[in-house]
Amino acid sequence: MISAAAADVIIEITYLAATALFILSLKWMNSPVTARRGVRAGELGMLLAVAGTLLHHGIVDYKWVAIALVIGSIIGVPLGEVAMTAVPQRTALSHAFGACCVTLVGTSEFYLRTPNVPRLMMCVLSLEVILGSLTFTGSLMAAGKLQEILPQRPITYKGANFVNLSVLGIAILVAVILIMHPERTALFPVIVAVPLLFGVLMIIPIGGADMPTVISLLNSYAGLSAAAMGFVLDSKLLIIAGALDGASGFILSVNMSKAMNRSFTNVLFGAFGQEQLSAVGAKEARAVHSATAEEAAAILSTASKVVIVPGYGMAVAQAQHKVRELYDALTKRGVDVKFGIHPVAGRMPGHMNVLLAEADIPYDKLLDMDDVNSELPQTDVALVIGANDVTNPSARTDRSSPIYGMPILDVDKARTVMVIKRSMNPGFAGIDNPLYYLDNTLMLFGDAKSFVGAIVRELTGAGHS
Amino acid sequence: MQSDLITSLYVFMLAAFIGFEVIRRITPLLHTPLMSLTNALDAIAVVGAIILAGEHKSKLSTVLGTIAIVAATSNIVGGFLITDRMLKMFKSSRPPKP
Repeated sequence: MISAAAADVIIEITYLAATALFILSLKWMNSPVTARRGVRAGELGMLLAVAGTLLHHGIVDYKWVAIALVIGSIIGVPLGEVAMTAVPQRTALSHAFGACCVTLVGTSEFYLRTPNVPRLMMCVLSLEVILGSLTFTGSLMAAGKLQEILPQRPITYKGANFVNLSVLGIAILVAVILIMHPERTALFPVIVAVPLLFGVLMIIPIGGADMPTVISLLNSYAGLSAAAMGFVLDSKLLIIAGALDGASGFILSVNMSKAMNRSFTNVLFGAFGQEQLSAVGAKEARAVHSATAEEAAAILSTASKVVIVPGYGMAVAQAQHKVRELYDALTKRGVDVKFGIHPVAGRMPGHMNVLLAEADIPYDKLLDMDDVNSELPQTDVALVIGANDVTNPSARTDRSSPIYGMPILDVDKARTVMVIKRSMNPGFAGIDNPLYYLDNTLMLFGDAKSFVGAIVRELTGAGHS
Repeated sequence: MQSDLITSLYVFMLAAFIGFEVIRRITPLLHTPLMSLTNALDAIAVVGAIILAGEHKSKLSTVLGTIAIVAATSNIVGGFLITDRMLKMFKSSRPPKP
């Protein structure tokens, strides 16, 4: 057996190596070419850190540790095998698991150390537990909404923001009392339970279209709570991993809210879309041009440059594989086909890219907003599949529009715009889209999957044989 | 203890800066796998849970620690698995360099 002192040195070395590997892991994520190496580095780091920890001299009983590691792995495998369309809810669920771990460890640490918890320690411990528990229920709610167990529409009631802020206020107040008087241990359950309630209340008014921002924000909270746990346990490895995760979630939330031209507070307390519905209902029907699959195929086959703009509707209709067939058919005819991906298309950052990559569309054909906007004016056909608000030109022109100022994909600048849409019902945010009434816009009414399939049949000639 | 906390704050600050600089460079193409990867890395919290459950200091800490290990381990295994599955799908139309 190695001595306790030697074991400590070995543990610290494994932690140091794990930290370096984690940073490299994220660094290699910057390109699809090196990204898988990044995953390997992360796995190796994790393995080292866990193996090192098992040498810890304080561990007297391995039985429960071993059982828990096995059960966790058994639960983890199916969570790693979910369908690509289910990745947003899986991600939300894993934020909940991470936060659960942090909250439980924080709670145990409090009861192990009480009644002699120094004030500074109590500060970070409160932060850990409050962030952890609100992330736990918040993420569970988000996962429920994404899985459509819970209604996706934002649910609002009068004074909701006041209630939510008061609930959070109570949690912070109790935490302050605990910091001043750590011996009042009876108060501790309050700073676990009240944030649990706040997490639920926080997500209730949030709609599906805001999920990319909310998931990113919850990601950031999960990271910060883990970093707080690192402070409590005096573990530099945890502090660094938590800070990296927190930074990542923060950057993504900033990206997402910029892409929607809204502030965090607006996403969390705004719940927009609800009030817009009445205004849309009052609007009279305007004329649109519609086309059949045959006509659409004829226009597409004479184009030399096509940009496809996918949205969440494509994912709902499971149309990505049909879209891939369309891509193949057009590419075979020498048409240059690219995809324009808006940052908030889908239900989480990068969601569309993953779905299209799964359908075997090469990633160099997937362009982000800035790149595709510089190409759209030279594009013959922009084909919008299941996207709505991210193509709405009133975001550029109409000051009274609720999405005014939001960066959009300028599909209206293409020579012809085709929009595959089930009906003229407004999109998720309930905002009318003037794009549909333009002279160069053709509406293709139907289910995304079957309509794209019909176009493909026309293009490949199978429809006539 | 106070100086420990200050050192930890320095570590946190530096790590946050590194995080910002590294993650800012990641292409939006890979933002979904990025989130599942950071999620798996974040589950390093398992080390705290392992010590807690293994130390056996009280019944409560053993029980909570054990549940915490389960939660974190499922994130580690599931997170790395799905990240790799996603990244495997990203292929270029240009032939790979020999």
